[in-house]
Amino acid sequence: MLITSKLEAENAICRETVDAGDYYIGIVKAGETFRILDLEGNQAADTLFFNANNPTERYSAVDTIREQGNVYLTTGSQLRSNENNIMLEIVADTCGRHDTLGGACATESNTVRYDLDKRCMHACRDSWMLAIAENPEYGVSKRDISHNINFFMNVPITPEGGLTFEDGISAPGKYVELRATMDVIVLISNCPQLNNPCNGYNPTPVEYLVWSAA
Amino acid sequence: MSEMVRSIDYSTELESGSHWSLKLRRGSVMRLSDLGGDANVGMLFYNSENLLERYNAPDTLKCQHTFKLSRGNCLYSDMGRIFASIVDDSLGWHETVSGNSHAEHVEATWGARDYQNDHNRWKQNGHDAFLVELAKYGLGPADLAANLNWFSKVGVSEEGTMQLDTSARDEGHHVTLRFEMDTLVLLHTCPHPLDKSPDYPQSKVRIELGQAAPIAKDDYCMHYRPENERGFQNNDLYHIGLGV
Repeated sequence: MLITSKLEAENAICRETVDAGDYYIGIVKAGETFRILDLEGNQAADTLFFNANNPTERYSAVDTIREQGNVYLTTGSQLRSNENNIMLEIVADTCGRHDTLGGACATESNTVRYDLDKRCMHACRDSWMLAIAENPEYGVSKRDISHNINFFMNVPITPEGGLTFEDGISAPGKYVELRATMDVIVLISNCPQLNNPCNGYNPTPVEYLVWSAA
Repeated sequence: MSEMVRSIDYSTELESGSHWSLKLRRGSVMRLSDLGGDANVGMLFYNSENLLERYNAPDTLKCQHTFKLSRGNCLYSDMGRIFASIVDDSLGWHETVSGNSHAEHVEATWGARDYQNDHNRWKQNGHDAFLVELAKYGLGPADLAANLNWFSKVGVSEEGTMQLDTSARDEGHHVTLRFEMDTLVLLHTCPHPLDKSPDYPQSKVRIELGQAAPIAKDDYCMHYRPENERGFQNNDLYHIGLGV
């Protein structure tokens, strides 16, 4: 559902631009709201969430879609953990649909999807590996890296059981906004993928903004 | 029996609400049969040499441009390798996006798990069943990935609504997996999390183990999609590294 936000960028307590191929890691406290803004359009933000007080509890795609009975995420979606607890809620969305079935690109899966010679092309899961290696204070390890959300990505499922990666439905200035219901670690890989239309073959920056609890 | 299976050497039956695990070598086959018509088998795979490498549902789906799983599909790890391929399937649609029932689902639908009164007919849930099997290998909740649900068809409407479709369920449906690398297999026979049957499902599941026939040049699974050819090449590379 398309819902615009009343929050103003100049009131944000954090504003950070994340270039394609880079990661962002940080904590959002319960009650705070953050926005991921697609600056130039058609970008994919591959995102994971962890309970900041116990990172073993993490975002779970399967628990989230099963409890809401729908495979797509938009305003009103409650993002659940592997303990089936609500971690965050999507409170604004000007894109309309976000994917949580396609997972993140990896150098290893790139060899399968595109070509064995694509092994050394940069990929989201490598960004996450660098993020957890450079930021051990968050207590996240490879075991915790799992099935993510692809904000702004369009992965339609057909009634016949097909799954395709379509051209993005996002555009410059579209955004998604989430309110945390527990203290969460936010880990974003701004997708560097050059081989499919998820980001229009042209990876671009996103902006990350956080607002204090109302 | 599929010509891709050389022999069946072992057979057992699990009651519903059970869980089990075992390591299967490359070249093994596992055939699952729904003996009652409303079974669900939750399943996860780990590389027994490196337990951090595990079944990856999103890679499995996107690599093969599919939402449903059936004959020809390969089941991928997060490292671009194939744990197992589906060499035979009578149902045509198994799912891997709904996860497991939790204790609260089972209690809300059929009443609380109660060993004191129900003994091994207790109403076990898939989430706890996996946690028990994971712990036997030093693994925990962090290692629990999106699992397979054999014999469960979950369809999706144009708008994205998910529905468990029980119309094709029947006693005798079977699916056969061929393992393409050494794999630790965890499984449970707890009800599907979207199952709202009036009674806790009671179907037994037969599990048969055996050996696969040598992989032919025109192997159905290997050539089912060009991506699978590359997946098999990744497995070949892995086995070159292992010297086997």
